Amino acid sequence: MRILSPFIAVLALIAVGLVAAQVPGGQALIGIVLPYLAFALFLGGFAYRVLYWAKSPVPFRIPTTCGQANSLPWIKQNKIDCPSSKLGVIARMFLEVFLFRSLFRNTKAEMYEGPKLVYGSSKFLWLFALMFHYCFLVIVLRHMRLFMDPVPGFVAALEFGDGFLQIGAPVLYMTDAIFLGAIAFLFLRRVMLSNIRYISLSADYFPLFLIFSIALTGILMRYVFRADVVAIKQLTHGLATFTPAIVAGQISPVFFIHVFLVCALLIYLPFSKLMHMAGVFMSPTRNMINNSRMVRHINPWNDPNIKPHSYAGYEDEFREFMKEGGIPVEKE
Amino acid sequence: MAIMKADKLGVSVAKGPSLMTGAVPKKDWPDVEAIFKPGNYAYPAKKEMMEYHSQKTFPNHPGLFGEPRDWDPEADDWKLPENWKEIILNGIKERLDKFRSLKIFMDCCVRCGACADKCHFFLGTGDPKNMPVLRAELLRSVYRNDFTLGGKILGKIAGGREMTFGVLKEWFMYFYQCTECRRCSVFCPYGIDTAEITMMGRELLHLVGVNINWIMEPAANSNRTGNHMGLQPHTFKDNIIYLCDDIEEITGIKIEPTFNRKGAEVLFITPSADVFAEPGIYTAMGYLLLFHHIGLDYTWSTYASEGGNFGLFTNNEMMKKLNGKMYAEAKRLGVKWILGGECGHMWRVVHQYMDTMNGPADFLEVPTSPITGTRFDNAASTKMVHISEFTADLIKHGKLKLDPKRNDHRIATYHDSCNPARAMGLIEEPRYVLQNVVNNFHEMPENTIRESTFCCGSGTGLNTDEIMELRMRSGLPRANAVKHVRDKHAVNMLSCVCAIDRATLTSLMNYWNPDVEVCGVSELVGNALVMEGEKERETGLRFEPLAGMEG
Repeated sequence: MRILSPFIAVLALIAVGLVAAQVPGGQALIGIVLPYLAFALFLGGFAYRVLYWAKSPVPFRIPTTCGQANSLPWIKQNKIDCPSSKLGVIARMFLEVFLFRSLFRNTKAEMYEGPKLVYGSSKFLWLFALMFHYCFLVIVLRHMRLFMDPVPGFVAALEFGDGFLQIGAPVLYMTDAIFLGAIAFLFLRRVMLSNIRYISLSADYFPLFLIFSIALTGILMRYVFRADVVAIKQLTHGLATFTPAIVAGQISPVFFIHVFLVCALLIYLPFSKLMHMAGVFMSPTRNMINNSRMVRHINPWNDPNIKPHSYAGYEDEFREFMKEGGIPVEKE
Repeated sequence: MAIMKADKLGVSVAKGPSLMTGAVPKKDWPDVEAIFKPGNYAYPAKKEMMEYHSQKTFPNHPGLFGEPRDWDPEADDWKLPENWKEIILNGIKERLDKFRSLKIFMDCCVRCGACADKCHFFLGTGDPKNMPVLRAELLRSVYRNDFTLGGKILGKIAGGREMTFGVLKEWFMYFYQCTECRRCSVFCPYGIDTAEITMMGRELLHLVGVNINWIMEPAANSNRTGNHMGLQPHTFKDNIIYLCDDIEEITGIKIEPTFNRKGAEVLFITPSADVFAEPGIYTAMGYLLLFHHIGLDYTWSTYASEGGNFGLFTNNEMMKKLNGKMYAEAKRLGVKWILGGECGHMWRVVHQYMDTMNGPADFLEVPTSPITGTRFDNAASTKMVHISEFTADLIKHGKLKLDPKRNDHRIATYHDSCNPARAMGLIEEPRYVLQNVVNNFHEMPENTIRESTFCCGSGTGLNTDEIMELRMRSGLPRANAVKHVRDKHAVNMLSCVCAIDRATLTSLMNYWNPDVEVCGVSELVGNALVMEGEKERETGLRFEPLAGMEG
């Protein structure tokens, strides 16, 4: 059920997109109204979620230290995994966000008779996650061609680099292929590893199916159905310049399915786990300096009324014992 | 509670049906009920204990610990307050507003599963809900249901679960099968820290009076007598005097420590287990010898006689209250700075919470070693220094006369305690000390030490006898790594800088690796210290014969 229902949900989205592209006014709805709406909901939802997080304070300094701290001058500190300066935190966050540092540490534990535990290196999740995210990024950036005129140099450069293998015509983008492969890996991993399957929710499969469908419709348009790029660019560039118009009948229905799914993703994103893209920047165990003994961290809701059981109360209870035991007291 | 023999449990761990051995439960996890039976839960706090807390510890915070009562986890009725559900949901709301970490950790998990096999409880039990991701889902599912738009509209489809008695039972079971060791958070791509989740879960359980005695009684003792053992001032002092008598017998040196002495330069605070229970007492003898050796002007305190903080295992209010004694006593005695003994979770509190909760300690000075002149700038605000930092600095400056041969009957390894490693970054200091006091030292495999260290399995107030099998299971990853170096290098001494470890690893070694003993690093220091005017030592601090002195 956890796999089937999100699968059906994505099929339903595809069907809606397909049908809507054929009915009068449907193309304008999907091609013009929905993208604006989705983009607005995306921005609004994204901002709302980040502000919702930011509204709560970080009462305590709780970095997870993954190396030697700043200590005596002759002890070598791990300045990145256990940072004591802003620069160290920036380096730590850079490695985390751009290279998935923590995931790179991954190991796989296996239990043998004895009992004996063995921890093997396990880098596949790291590798495929990295491929997935970078391909996604490159693909999004490549799409900037559709929204900008003239096409910025970096987009052209990306396209050139991405297609440099020169396979087929139009040239096969490596990112397209790797992207599909990486999604397939992430899906198969979820289904085939028993403990991962056990923890997976519908909300884990839905984005995989959705993003896979988006990629697939995009690829179909480029290599199979050969959508009219000029007409599409007219529309997308129009969207970007707030002068949208659709030339009726020129654009393939696949395009509208593609756009419909992208809009679904944009709307879904701020309400989903995909917000990890923003959350990782705000994770207190990663983005804090490990300097809590050097600099006092302030908790805005620290309750000054919580005081320790007083020494006076303690001495009152135990004074006689203390005197007998030769322990100094305040009041004789 | 009788527990099966190690070889039998070993077979059960390696071959019994569990998610660790490849057996997938037939039911989805939300449908698997938590069933309490003898041996799988720690006893609830006694009614009088909770009466003490509501009347004495927190008289002005009604509701912090629910209604004092006797209750039985195995019963169908936990005698919860009528509006318990409302209390829990309001409690979640309050904590979401107070802790950004909770919001982020609730929203960002993608269930990639990197944490799954990093938890010692999962490795030892194979219970799916001991995978950190599912432990968090126990709370996250309720959060989704009541605090997110998707959950409110789609409910179960969005992974939401209503707060039911069944969910509460799961919380009690699995938030007390987590030792807040933070190992999972090292591997999580978003740094999601199950310690935070477990702390929140336990705080919430306290609101409806669900708790365990092994935490609440020591917390009451700490509040009243200053230490979790409940030692009254004269007993606390007597215990240390006994240790000095033993030291005199072993070394011929008479040490006369002072207590509650005003005007001392340094206040020394260590877990009370160090002055009371084996093998911690040998560590305490190490401290006494060290301070005598360098002529440190220091005092013990009977009022602040506990380094450990059972509040960390309870809620942040209790943590703050118990921790407050350290600064209060330092101020009353007029010391310049505080020196802290070997303890894991104590140092999480001192390093990450104390200054925030009970600072600023502007009545103290930046700690400076009176022997070497080193200023501990890394403790410039908190004004509290770790004994390993202090000792390493002394050794580096050549201020200690050491004879590591005295530890030649020891082949040592070092267990990084969770909190010093992952909440402080204290990793090299104890190793430097060890290098200088023992000749035979071997590290355990790299996936089991430093930031990847495995918990002793019984931290956060779980070192109680009624859950011994669970403890031996969750301690297995640590025990297994020790076994590796025992078999390979004949290691016979597991050193550490944590009082809970000294107690729990001893049980763990007795069970899995009976020929391996456990000690604090400072015991090995004490053994190696060549004291001025001492007699020739024939035994170590445990009265065990030294190498070459047998028979």
